[in-house]
Amino acid sequence: MDALDLARWQFAITTVYHFLFVPITIGLSAIVAGLHTWYLVKRTPELLRLAKFFGKLFTINFALGLVTGIVQEFQFGMNWSAYSKFVGDIFGAPLAFEALLAFFLESTFLGLWLFGWGRLPEKIHVACIWIVHIGTVLSAYFILAANSFMQHPVGWRYNPQSGRAELTDFMAVLTNKVQMVAFPHVLTSAYLVGGAVVLGIGLWLMRKHPHDRGMYRKAARVGAVVTLIAGAGVAITGDAQGKVMTEVQPMKMAAAEALYTTRDSCAEFSIFTIGSLNGEQERYAITVPCLLSFLGTGSFQGKVEGINDLKRELPAQITQEAQARQEPLRYVQPPDAVFTPNIPLAYWSFRLMIGVGMAACGVAVLALWFTRKGRDTIPRWMVWAAIATPFLPLLGNSFGWIFTETGRQPWLVYGVMTTATGVSGNSAGAVLTSMVVFTVLYAALAVVEVKLFLDYTRRGADSYHPTKQTAEDEPLAFSY
Amino acid sequence: MSLETLWFIAIAFLWSGYLILEGFDFGVGMLLAVIGRGETEAETNDKRRLMLTTIGPFWDGNEVWLITAAGAMFAAFPAWYATMFSGFYLAMLVLLVVLILRNMGLEYRYKRDSARWRGSWDAAIIGGSLLAPLLVGIALTNLVHGVPINAQGDFTGNFFSLLNPMSILGGITFVAMSLTHGAFFLALKTTGEIREAARKFAGRFGAIAWVLLAVLLIWTNVHTGTAWSWAASVVALVALGSSAIADRAGRDGWAFLGTFFAIGLTAATYFLAVYPDVMPSTTNPAYSLSVHEAASTHLTLQIMTGAAVVFLPITLLYSAWNYWVFRKRLSPANIEPQGDPLGPVEAQQHA
Ligand code: HDD
Ligand code: HEM
Ligand code: HEM
Repeated sequence: MDALDLARWQFAITTVYHFLFVPITIGLSAIVAGLHTWYLVKRTPELLRLAKFFGKLFTINFALGLVTGIVQEFQFGMNWSAYSKFVGDIFGAPLAFEALLAFFLESTFLGLWLFGWGRLPEKIHVACIWIVHIGTVLSAYFILAANSFMQHPVGWRYNPQSGRAELTDFMAVLTNKVQMVAFPHVLTSAYLVGGAVVLGIGLWLMRKHPHDRGMYRKAARVGAVVTLIAGAGVAITGDAQGKVMTEVQPMKMAAAEALYTTRDSCAEFSIFTIGSLNGEQERYAITVPCLLSFLGTGSFQGKVEGINDLKRELPAQITQEAQARQEPLRYVQPPDAVFTPNIPLAYWSFRLMIGVGMAACGVAVLALWFTRKGRDTIPRWMVWAAIATPFLPLLGNSFGWIFTETGRQPWLVYGVMTTATGVSGNSAGAVLTSMVVFTVLYAALAVVEVKLFLDYTRRGADSYHPTKQTAEDEPLAFSY
Repeated sequence: MSLETLWFIAIAFLWSGYLILEGFDFGVGMLLAVIGRGETEAETNDKRRLMLTTIGPFWDGNEVWLITAAGAMFAAFPAWYATMFSGFYLAMLVLLVVLILRNMGLEYRYKRDSARWRGSWDAAIIGGSLLAPLLVGIALTNLVHGVPINAQGDFTGNFFSLLNPMSILGGITFVAMSLTHGAFFLALKTTGEIREAARKFAGRFGAIAWVLLAVLLIWTNVHTGTAWSWAASVVALVALGSSAIADRAGRDGWAFLGTFFAIGLTAATYFLAVYPDVMPSTTNPAYSLSVHEAASTHLTLQIMTGAAVVFLPITLLYSAWNYWVFRKRLSPANIEPQGDPLGPVEAQQHA
């Protein structure tokens, strides 16, 4: 493997890893803030106990989200310096905004919330955790704006004098049409994860701590409701994404469907295929007629382009556009002249994203049914479903990103810069070192974190300690 | 002043802010090994918990200064960010690993009641707090010293080209200043035994830090000084010297401000000395990367300026509020005896 492949693997590994913690942070901070606020309104002990309990789990998760995020921030310079130089004029600003607007909010107000029990007035204290949540949402917005530029570059021009991409319209970058669908999709997916975490843990602890059944039932039901609402949001926004994607990156949609020849109308959606996806023959497939046309264009009769036709048209079109803006052609000529992404990967990751991710909604429906009208026991087999629940949308998120990012290949910036031209000039040895170091370190940290998370979960919520203002010489409500 | 120069100053400001703020929490982290020691594990643990609680609400926010400095470099000077981060590859890798382990230590140390668990994370905190300022010091000093850069603006050296006498001295000096700064912070935020120990340490160690800083600053200024960088250096040394005087008079706050400015002005010296280059080339001065070459377009800089003008003051305000909320000194009475956070849940009386 050369430095390019290694840098790609490293990016994929570290980013997918980072994004295991991110959706939990976004989703759980909102739920903790909600529970804490609800407690201040109702003063029911169990609400405070739950807020603190999920708050602890939140901090365990946040720690890893944070450290892996710093790696991301550095990685563009370390491994993708040619890319950073080429598009830094446009791409850097959202990252700087993210730090200045979002990360300061998150970290400062999380400190205030954690250490503020008994030291801040109640209302200000609860506002702190809401601000943490707002920080996570802002961070998602800016980073996704940066990513959307890579998917669909807007608001820029190529400057032949400086040899770089330059910003012409920042608002266009922030309101990119890809961003307008990706942000709500990712945000709702994150709430789906948050809901599923609370749902799964609530159900599990209902059986494990029968004396606190009532409290965990409440948690499970809160989680289930969040899961279902977010799930609906994910489906609606995902559908919108499909339409934008068909328009701006037709090759990705074709790859997602392994659709080789263009259908002028009523393209079928394939749910499952056994056999090869190389376009020659499929052995067995389940398809829904016309659904793909609907997903991609909003009409059952819409035209969907196929891989083979795109392969014929795309290179000429992209070369022409590059020539028109006087961009050197080496930026737009993929090595081996391959203009298609990895098709089986796109096909399967797309299906797994939807299938695995939405499965949590099924558990949510069951949970609401079994806990209806004050019922506080669930059947034994549901414990297994409960344990699986948080992992389903988490995996869905990973598959979604793997689909989006690998489906964009061979481009780093769609139609403007190939991935191969973005990499730094580091030696393969250096990149191999960093890849191995991160992978091993991340794996070790995962073991520590999962064990800690499970131990805290298994133990359950602390007993009720309403907060009173701490006097000078009394122990603090929270200390290291 | 051109926007490019303004953003150069902004980057200098962000790096200084990072070194000053994370500097004291690095210092406290290192001091766990010096001041945070008792006869028994339990006593050691009590001291360390108190020490770590003084930085508890702050260290994460402090670290965001680093992320912001990197992000702002990326946005305002993409070529600087790209050349520095890819050029200093292995140093950056080690820095990341060190920061990861240190942060995990700070977040996870108290989450289990086990001497072994605490021991490992303490090693991560102490080691990380030592290595991080060392590496950052080495990296920043190299920005002034110069590194091999070719005509294409690419770094052509390796890890070892970063290790020259000047940069190593820079790294050690940043460690020494962080230690002194952290000791004054502890003196300011605690009462009793820890405060006395911190003052005693700073009183002794401050002199070493001063000598190191004096040598480093003279060297830097002789290397590429300007009238302005000389001036900043003189004030930095005066500030570090006055902190010792303030400390002797028992004025913890003033002593802390002394190291605060000493670190800030040392960073200022660096940036004043290197301007108008951002990365001087040791291969051929003509290949040096200058502020002008590295900068983003006027439009991007304008947008960034707008954002900074609006949001930087807001950020500074709520960060200051954070320090205000947790302004009280801590005493051992404020720290609950070590319990087992994973112990059985007490039976519920209320419900
Ligand atoms: C909980 C996880 C999850 C679930 C259940 C779904 N998605 Fe999703 N999907 C993501 C998590 C995700 C993601 C991780 O958030 C992605 C990757 C990047 C992005 O913008 O969202 C994504 C990307 C993504 C894209 C690619 C956009 C692009 O590349 O430009 C499409 C077309 C869809 N999704 C469509 C759907 C549909 C129609 C769904 C089902 C109703 C669906 N997703 C469920
Ligand atoms: C919004 C911020 C993001 C940006 C700017 C971004 C940018 C990039 C870049 C620069 C690469 C280069 C390597 C390559 O294409 O091979 C890449 C690839 C990749 N990214 Fe993203 N990414 C972002 C978020 C994510 C997230 C959150 C995930 C998932 C967890 C993800 C998953 C991947 C994967 C799996 C690859 C590898 C694709 C391949 O090499 O075939 N990305 N992305
Ligand atoms: C690939 C590009 C990415 C980079 C460079 C990056 C950078 C960072 C950094 C530096 C942090 C630590 C901030 C802190 O101290 O709190 C962080 C955390 C975070 N990031 Fe990312 N990130 C990337 C992708 C994403 C994406 C795509 C999202 C959201 C959709 C996201 C959401 C978050 C959130 C919510 C946090 C808070 C900490 C946590 O997750 O526990 N990041 N990121």
